[in-house]
Amino acid sequence: MLDLKEPVLELVRLTSTDLPPDVEMSLRAAVEQEEAGSAARSALETILKNVELSRAQSTPICQDTGTPIFYVYHPEGMSTRKLRQLITEAVVEATRKSYLRPNSVNALTDKNTGNNLGDEHFPVIHFEEVEGDILTIELMLKGGGCENVGAQYSLPNNELGAGRDLAGVRKVVLDAVQKAQGQGCAPGILGVSIGGDRGSGYAASKEVLFRKMDEASSDPSLAAMEQRLTQESNQLGIGPMGFGGKTTVLSTKMVGMHRLPASFFVTVSYMCWAYRRRKMIVQGDQVRYE
Amino acid sequence: MREIQLPVSDEIVRSLKVGDAVALTGVMVTGRDAVHKWLSETFIKRTRPPQGDDLTVYEALKPLLNGGVIYHCGPVVAGLATKEYRFVAAGPTTSIREEGYQGDVMRHFNLRGVIGKGGMGGKTLKACQEVPGMYLHAIGGAASYIAQTVKRVLGVYKLEFGVPEAIWVIEVKEFPVVVTMDAHGGSLHAEVDQKSKSALQNLLTL
Ligand code: SF4
Repeated sequence: MLDLKEPVLELVRLTSTDLPPDVEMSLRAAVEQEEAGSAARSALETILKNVELSRAQSTPICQDTGTPIFYVYHPEGMSTRKLRQLITEAVVEATRKSYLRPNSVNALTDKNTGNNLGDEHFPVIHFEEVEGDILTIELMLKGGGCENVGAQYSLPNNELGAGRDLAGVRKVVLDAVQKAQGQGCAPGILGVSIGGDRGSGYAASKEVLFRKMDEASSDPSLAAMEQRLTQESNQLGIGPMGFGGKTTVLSTKMVGMHRLPASFFVTVSYMCWAYRRRKMIVQGDQVRYE
Repeated sequence: MREIQLPVSDEIVRSLKVGDAVALTGVMVTGRDAVHKWLSETFIKRTRPPQGDDLTVYEALKPLLNGGVIYHCGPVVAGLATKEYRFVAAGPTTSIREEGYQGDVMRHFNLRGVIGKGGMGGKTLKACQEVPGMYLHAIGGAASYIAQTVKRVLGVYKLEFGVPEAIWVIEVKEFPVVVTMDAHGGSLHAEVDQKSKSALQNLLTL
């Protein structure tokens, strides 16, 4: 089999330094929405210059290269132990090459490991076996500033008048966006899961962030709610960096899950404008990136 | 965009208002969570005795912070092995985590500016009025772009805190920021928060 060490390193480099085209396009459209001479517009212009520069120089888009979250879809018979080893080696090498900042800190001793490895949850690696002979590795870098403004609500929420239905979901998501202000490096992208338990809810709210910017939920009622939440979030006037302005949220991604009769969780993962997620597809000795 | 040389005088600080775009040139230091905790416990509240090189670093920091600015930033730095340091990516980190310390640090060192992202709260705003000082908002995530304005790394202290948490002394040229909290009690963050709260109230009734 093909030696995948260099290709996985390239996946990390690409994710950290080259913002996906769909995200960049959406930021370019947002600039036009903001008034000439406003702080909001100049923030977006700086962001776009930064995106171009990072790509040209192969330097991190943002210095917070986040938690590396990998999703590996592998054919039958592939060793997940070896895949894990491959990925951790690539992460260490990417840190050495300054594509990643040393970001893994022991929560008890405050010591930074210096190489982005930690316990079995750092980096995060999910494995799933799939049919066929194609290996797909997806990577998302989720920064700390936006992770900190994520929120989980247990419905009903009386304070917000949010009941256990889609109307209630809408209210708590808007509340989360208002509370986040510019702290998550707005404009953001919302990943929202409805249902699950506290753990699976957060995992699902991140998984939806692997979708393309223009990819709507396959459920028509959720697709409509995604659109509505993006529009209404932008009516809050928070704007890029919280400077005030029209662009607070670029896109909303929602997913419905199953829940216990007693629980109704709504989980919001906020993704900053530095929406770094890439995919590597391996078939035979061909590797391609998306 | 107004160009400002570091360190800054009282007059210049007072002449700046919320919304002003500024380009900073001169020497500044980085400092985030570990640094603020260390400064506060060792030299301001004195709940912990100085250890190791603490006092030497403190003496070295005093002239740098007097009239100067501190940057909430955890950079990606190249050249660690050879000590020929170079900033590769250096955007701001969220400032509100330092709210408990910042006002005291400003008063203690006569610090005139704090650079970060997301803004700070009432305690820091009060210190901005007293010192006088200001909060300067950098563009979150614009890490490569900001790193380009860092012309030289002059030194580093407390590297044992980790690369992102260490105190980096840097020389910058035309580092772009927006004043979002000024010496006159103005805060863009408080204003946007209020406005968005009432917009949210309206949406919740729909
Ligand atoms: S929230 Fe995102 S863009 Fe902002 S500092 Fe963190 S990783 Fe960077």
